[in-house]
Amino acid sequence: MIDEQELIDEIEPERYELFEAPHYKFAFDRRDFIKAFGLGIVFVVPVTRAIAQQRQGESGRGGSNERLPNDIGAWIHIDEDGGVTAFTGKVEVGQNTRTTLTQSVADELHVPITSVRLVMGDTDLVPFDMGTFGSRSTPTMAPQLRKAAAAAREMLIAIAAEQLKVAPADLRIIDARFVNHDKSKTLTLAEVAKGRRLVKVIPDDIAITQPKDWTIAGASITKVDAAKFVTGKHQYPTDIKREGMLYGKVVRPAAYNATLLSSDTKAAEAMPNVKVVTDGNFIGVVAPDQQTATKAANVIAVDWKSPAQPSNAELFELLRKPATSARGSGEGGGGGSQPQGSIADGLAAADKKLEQTYTVAYIAHAPLEPRAAVAEWNGDRLTVWTGTQRPFGVRGDLAEAFHIPEDKIRVIVPDTGSGYGGKHTGECAVEAARLAKAAGKPVKLVWTREEEFTWAYFRPAGAIDIKSGVKNDGTITAWEFHNYNSGPAGIQIKYDIPNNDIRFHQSNSPLRQGSYRGLAATANHFAREVHIDELAREVKIDPLEFRLKNTKDQRLRDVLQAAAKQFGWGKANPSVNHGFGISCGFEKASYIATCAEIAIETASAKEDPKNKRVRIVRVVEAFDCGAVVNPLQLRNQIEGAITQAIGGALFESIQFENGRVLNPKFSSYRVPRFADLPLIEVVLVDRKDIPSAGAGETPIVGLAPAVANAIFNASGTRLRSLPLAPKGFAI
Amino acid sequence: MAKITSLNVNGKKLSVDVDSTVSLLSVLRNDLDLTGSKYGCGEGQCGACTVLIDGVATRSCITQVGRAAGKQITTIDGLDKDGKLTPLQEAFIKADAMQCAYCTSGMLMSASALLNKNPKPNRDEIVTAMNGNICRCGTYQRIIEAIESVSAA
Ligand code: FES
Ligand code: FES
Repeated sequence: MIDEQELIDEIEPERYELFEAPHYKFAFDRRDFIKAFGLGIVFVVPVTRAIAQQRQGESGRGGSNERLPNDIGAWIHIDEDGGVTAFTGKVEVGQNTRTTLTQSVADELHVPITSVRLVMGDTDLVPFDMGTFGSRSTPTMAPQLRKAAAAAREMLIAIAAEQLKVAPADLRIIDARFVNHDKSKTLTLAEVAKGRRLVKVIPDDIAITQPKDWTIAGASITKVDAAKFVTGKHQYPTDIKREGMLYGKVVRPAAYNATLLSSDTKAAEAMPNVKVVTDGNFIGVVAPDQQTATKAANVIAVDWKSPAQPSNAELFELLRKPATSARGSGEGGGGGSQPQGSIADGLAAADKKLEQTYTVAYIAHAPLEPRAAVAEWNGDRLTVWTGTQRPFGVRGDLAEAFHIPEDKIRVIVPDTGSGYGGKHTGECAVEAARLAKAAGKPVKLVWTREEEFTWAYFRPAGAIDIKSGVKNDGTITAWEFHNYNSGPAGIQIKYDIPNNDIRFHQSNSPLRQGSYRGLAATANHFAREVHIDELAREVKIDPLEFRLKNTKDQRLRDVLQAAAKQFGWGKANPSVNHGFGISCGFEKASYIATCAEIAIETASAKEDPKNKRVRIVRVVEAFDCGAVVNPLQLRNQIEGAITQAIGGALFESIQFENGRVLNPKFSSYRVPRFADLPLIEVVLVDRKDIPSAGAGETPIVGLAPAVANAIFNASGTRLRSLPLAPKGFAI
Repeated sequence: MAKITSLNVNGKKLSVDVDSTVSLLSVLRNDLDLTGSKYGCGEGQCGACTVLIDGVATRSCITQVGRAAGKQITTIDGLDKDGKLTPLQEAFIKADAMQCAYCTSGMLMSASALLNKNPKPNRDEIVTAMNGNICRCGTYQRIIEAIESVSAA
């Protein structure tokens, strides 16, 4: 286990998740806390190794003369009414971390979940955090908050014991009350916190409750503030309104990499109450309402010059050319290992050799809530409400754009309409702030769906070449794997192959690319698990048996067997035109195995009659991410990941040409809908003996290869490119 | 351009002053501060903006406000009665039929319209009625469960 954790730490951060730390750091001061929170007790947790790792590159916060720790991971405040507020720089974008972190705090503090409030993603109120990505909230933030809560519990007991004149050992917290052994003496949290003004630093070595002793954590709890969402009362970034607020609109270039030659803004400026803002390549307008802003932007005549740019047709050829400008870490990119053994020897020892190429397309996150920001200047102070997975990163972006120190900027992230790795950047916040600065009033900017599809960034496309050898008895003897451009996440194997050479190569991506749920683990699992299926067929061994034969990793074997059992693998043959497929994998400290049943059906009247259509009938996924904090939320995440994965597996693909996206709408970019939904069955392998890993990402990687393998099983056609069947496929 | 001066929303007559061609979604959100209805695409493709007009599920982003004038408009903001959630809203919470929940208001409005018309829809009928609503977080299975739990009751 320790080894695996080390491996993960080494692999991270993935190159597409490498971001610079902010340029400024500020000291914490006890007085700041007291000023911010007023009365009550604040418990502060210093940063530990796990968090420090996440903050590499930072020089640390200095300057505190009250000797608070230089770096603080989390804090918890107990107010005079006994309310518990925990503060974290993580944000809520639909992964329901607000619920699971609240659960962890309540569990550790022995208070009901309803008395805990979580303040998230507000740079003025919460400790610095790199961002919400990489499935790190559960493994790193939950233990930080737990430490704060555990220490708080012990210190509160000590204070209460003094007040009640009993020995601390005689007191326990039950349901937010301090109770002695015979219940003759009790105190509430409020009675202990009343009138105090304390800031306590928590010892780093405090023990936290082990999963087997969890009471509130480990239970299925629905979204903590669900009532606000089913009534439409929750205010998302797009819903924020400020006094005197105006609406903004940005004039977008005609193509990527375009430069502004000239613009004529007279017609827009002539419109009543419209203000045009030009600054370098940036042109935007503000108006009292959205319609006017859009109209004004449309009447601005702009001449852009853009270079000739590639299209989908040349993509994979292009990606195979080595990068001319390195971005992020070098070749191997953290995902490369030292080659082991010799590929030549391994191939020589093989009875069958196989060489294949797999590709994945660019796809878009298309979060249902597009990027949005409301920016408000007060003198030289700037406040921005926006949806981002990196509130502090966006604060840094703003500081840089406006040449102001970060302590003059507050970024607030209301719980946001999803991200999937697509909201790491702050362009919308910067644009809104630029417009607001010119307007002298708060400005709201909401990207249209088309802007979101075009001016955000994509999951990297990639080409993967695999060369392998296998003996007739099913032993894989050689494994050479080259990933071009899509990334190193999930590139490592859990198969025992003595001769292997696994590499990631950077390319010059023609489109702007970045993080996406699961990163390159989807591409790497797709290529690997389809290739494994091909090898199994070569030597005529059942694909499940073949996998088990080539791995001794017990957790991988366990999920494979759990999924196969639930699916009924090997028990029955698929009916006519149906097929079964299987895949497995490991990423971000969790294990996954997926079985899929698909059906090949006749195309509908609207589609090409030569083509068949693939319908995913049933998916069984077994998942092991260590101790389960909230089975309900975990199932929800896994089902969601499988459902989202249908898009990338079957039909999602960005079409582009000459610097333009050709399908920037839901009417031309198909995403999974109700009618695409298979029967989904989730098998949780709860490992109370293993620390919890995050689960927002890995469950997405298993579907595409399982479906591709099932298509082969049904039709004998081997599909090696994602999406597999955007318009159905010809048999 | 014709002006619209009042709308019947959630049982109340509300004053507005907008061109009849502006989208109903924009008027609800920006003029009336009823932000429960969401923007997701602006082309009638995602259902995030769904409201009921005389009981019929309607995409407010592609509906000119002039066409809704004089009719009964129901939005998510008025679905609960005096703070009491409808059985469908309760069912969404119980089934945990949401992640980021940005799609939830549109889902609830589409599902309410379905159940008003057909109190006991089967799975196929649910899928057909809901297929115009996108959930990018992929909570479809739970939404179906929630609707089924209400229709079975
Ligand atoms: S915003 Fe109206 S259907 Fe998408
Ligand atoms: S819950 Fe996020 S879009 Fe449906």
